[in-house]
Amino acid sequence: MKHRSPAVRLFAALIAFTFLAAGLPGNARAFVKDVANFTLENGMQVVVIPDHRAPVVTHMVWYRVGAADEPLGQAGIAHFLEHLMFKGTPSNPNGSFSKYVASVGGQENAFTSSDYTAYFQRVAKEHLADMMRLEADRMENLVLTKEVVDPERDVIMEERRSRTDNNPGAQLSEALEATLWFEHPYGRPVIGWMNEMEKLTLDDAISYYDRYYTPNNAILIVAGDVDAAEVKRLAEETYGKLKRRAEPPPRVRPEEPVHRTHRMVRLESPLVTQPSLTRSYVVPSYTTADREGLTGEAEALDLFAELLFGGSTSALYQKLVVEDKLAVSIGGYYRGTMLDDGELVLFASPAPGTTLEQLEAAIDREMAAFLKSEITEETLARVKRSVIATSVYAQDSQQTLARVFGTALTTGRTVDNVLTWTDRVRAVTADEILAVGLKYLDINQAATGYLLPASAPSRS
Amino acid sequence: MPVRSLSFQALALSLLAFVCILIPRTASAVEIQRFTTPGGINVWLVEENTVPLITMNFAWRGGATQDPGGKAGVASFLTVMMDEGAGDMDSRAFQEREEALAMRMSFNAGRDTLYGEFRTLVETRDESFEMLRLAINEARFDEAAFARMREQILTGLRDSENDPQTILGRAWGEAVFSNHPYGRPVDGTVDTVSEITIGDLRDYRARIFARDNLVIGVVGAIDQKTLAGLVDEVFGGLPLNAQLTKIPDAIIPDKPFLRTAELDVPQTVIQFGRPGLLRDDADFIPAYVLNYILGGGSFSSRLYEEVREKRGLAYSVYSYLYPLDHAGLFVGGLATRAERAQEAIDIVRSEITRMAKDGPTEEELASAKAYLKGSYALRFDTGDKIADQLVQIQLENLGYDYFDKRNAMIEAVTMEDLKRAAKRLLDGGDVFVIAVGRPTIKTDG
Repeated sequence: MKHRSPAVRLFAALIAFTFLAAGLPGNARAFVKDVANFTLENGMQVVVIPDHRAPVVTHMVWYRVGAADEPLGQAGIAHFLEHLMFKGTPSNPNGSFSKYVASVGGQENAFTSSDYTAYFQRVAKEHLADMMRLEADRMENLVLTKEVVDPERDVIMEERRSRTDNNPGAQLSEALEATLWFEHPYGRPVIGWMNEMEKLTLDDAISYYDRYYTPNNAILIVAGDVDAAEVKRLAEETYGKLKRRAEPPPRVRPEEPVHRTHRMVRLESPLVTQPSLTRSYVVPSYTTADREGLTGEAEALDLFAELLFGGSTSALYQKLVVEDKLAVSIGGYYRGTMLDDGELVLFASPAPGTTLEQLEAAIDREMAAFLKSEITEETLARVKRSVIATSVYAQDSQQTLARVFGTALTTGRTVDNVLTWTDRVRAVTADEILAVGLKYLDINQAATGYLLPASAPSRS
Repeated sequence: MPVRSLSFQALALSLLAFVCILIPRTASAVEIQRFTTPGGINVWLVEENTVPLITMNFAWRGGATQDPGGKAGVASFLTVMMDEGAGDMDSRAFQEREEALAMRMSFNAGRDTLYGEFRTLVETRDESFEMLRLAINEARFDEAAFARMREQILTGLRDSENDPQTILGRAWGEAVFSNHPYGRPVDGTVDTVSEITIGDLRDYRARIFARDNLVIGVVGAIDQKTLAGLVDEVFGGLPLNAQLTKIPDAIIPDKPFLRTAELDVPQTVIQFGRPGLLRDDADFIPAYVLNYILGGGSFSSRLYEEVREKRGLAYSVYSYLYPLDHAGLFVGGLATRAERAQEAIDIVRSEITRMAKDGPTEEELASAKAYLKGSYALRFDTGDKIADQLVQIQLENLGYDYFDKRNAMIEAVTMEDLKRAAKRLLDGGDVFVIAVGRPTIKTDG
């Protein structure tokens, strides 16, 4: 992400790693019934989400490309290019796009994930046309020089130090992902590995740009005080004039081989003062579940995660934190909004006097017990209600809605998938939830990470 | 829920005072209704029926500064106990009911203020408000829940003990506020939290949860009459007057210093600052504009340009005005690799000095005004944000017409104002600096 604001950064992190991970394709037909969805002649997809409460718009362009599409040896190029996209074009040089956004009181930023890269501005609605003109310009006319590329490379390396190198917990997560995925590029950090980042060049960035930044690989999303006909007219005048610069290849990433081992990662650091553990399982995402004919499994996984470790009413929290007092905290989520497979992630901190090994054994025991238990109708209704309500709350924010649709469309989903999500969650049965649990809580599809103080041996 | 008699309700309605004001930047649709409930509680409401939600933000003046001496962290502890059981529901029963109602309720302790946020679907409105009433009036503080939450807080504190930002924050509190309550960590320390008792939480609640220090902002699908009744149910039983300990004004160091704390991390974390202005200072708005130009603007500030854009020294560099009730501060920060920490500090100091001496350019002032005026509308584009604004404006005593006046106040700022603000805010440019990282920085004293 380009921008420095802690709040915006948090929001993006939440969306990319928590919000959508919790399987939250927002919906409620009452509000989003007017969503328009069409395609320009050059192949650029357009989604319009009307929200007339305030005279502002959120204008976003999403590219169907992310860190998992990077060439080998260039980890971090997707995110580096995202930063470089702010450097200028012949007609709008030297950051004049950003200056213009600021001059009309607009806010802007960009973000990169494994599956997508997106740029946005939030402005008063009368400036929408200018945003579209400027964003269209940088889709095909980016100019980079050594003078702007070199300091920006230092910036992304500082960003990596801030996010990861100063933080042992983040280092463990990075190692856990790299261990979980043998072959699929989801094992690479979006920010990149430092040794590859320092070698990223201007040419790397431009060749990546020329390969993927083309209208037929982009999605325009406009949420706010607009109507679809007006957006269509403006889009045809701006984005519609762009040539198809490239024909990006199908997004087929290397497939995972069969996993036969439970992998363990352990990080001991003098910076760590409180031990904790994390475990991730590879499971289908919304997209791969459909691709493989496993209809309904992703929706069931969403509810499964919520019931098992979603919060303080969950089975693991109630048993291990409240009753047995072996853990101080426990939580987790389902990362289901991915182009390829997703993950079930859980994390826990042991109570004083409990080792990570003891806690891990207790978690395994209680997960097995949960799979043999009965989910009552009352419990299921309660959790469904809570999960579905997230889609109502999401309607308060045009920015959130824009992100929900953008994420869905860049990870192999459709507008209709988003609109029918609540219905599909409602239809999930208790048996289906336990069935996905039994099927996917396979320890050989998982990696477990221990975070430990350097001096304290964890074995008692 | 107690039922009010019909005759009382009829009388009560006539007492509602109606004052409406528009938020002009966000179109005529946004209209603030100010009224007083029959129970005497002031409420600001924006009725908005598009989405079937109601958001109520509220705040009590008196946050972490009201923690009893030696027990930093009481207010913060209280906030995590609010959904751990109330009335005849224990922790689990209460949280399962919250989930079944799909309501959202959270509390948060600031230095001067204790904040609450409550959101409900329209369809479960009355049941959700009743849950809020229970939490605020009848939270149980059961021993088991208390012990569990204490362990969670302690774990969080232990977890961040070696985090550079935590070490920086602690050093900052000591150096900048010394013994003033602002110097204590809001969440407390392992030592202070270990000392906190259930009695401390009860006592804090009894002193702070009152009506005369309460402000409320509501946005959503609810009318004034219905809301008045619900607000009285939730808050009407609280004592009229809070018992606030008087907090003295803090004395902020006005001499520059540079302190370092050693930590073996590749990136040095740096915070700098100096005394600032209180929110009610006549020069606050000019100082705010000045800071935007110096380090407040996201892609366009001088610090951003010099530190990040030209030299690639940091991902994040910024400054802001931090007006507390009893102290004004100017604060900034960045993080950069250890080898270049000294250089980054030197650049920040020289940019602040340059601004203090020469002030901004006419062009910078024009751009700042354009941004600050134009972006004001973006603070009002969700129900959550509007509710937050309604509460902040009341807490800062800015007046109900502030929404109307604010952009004109920005527009009225002149170069003269900025020069005066620069002199008052930056005064020659000396800042104090605290850095946490490897020992690569010369301390100057």
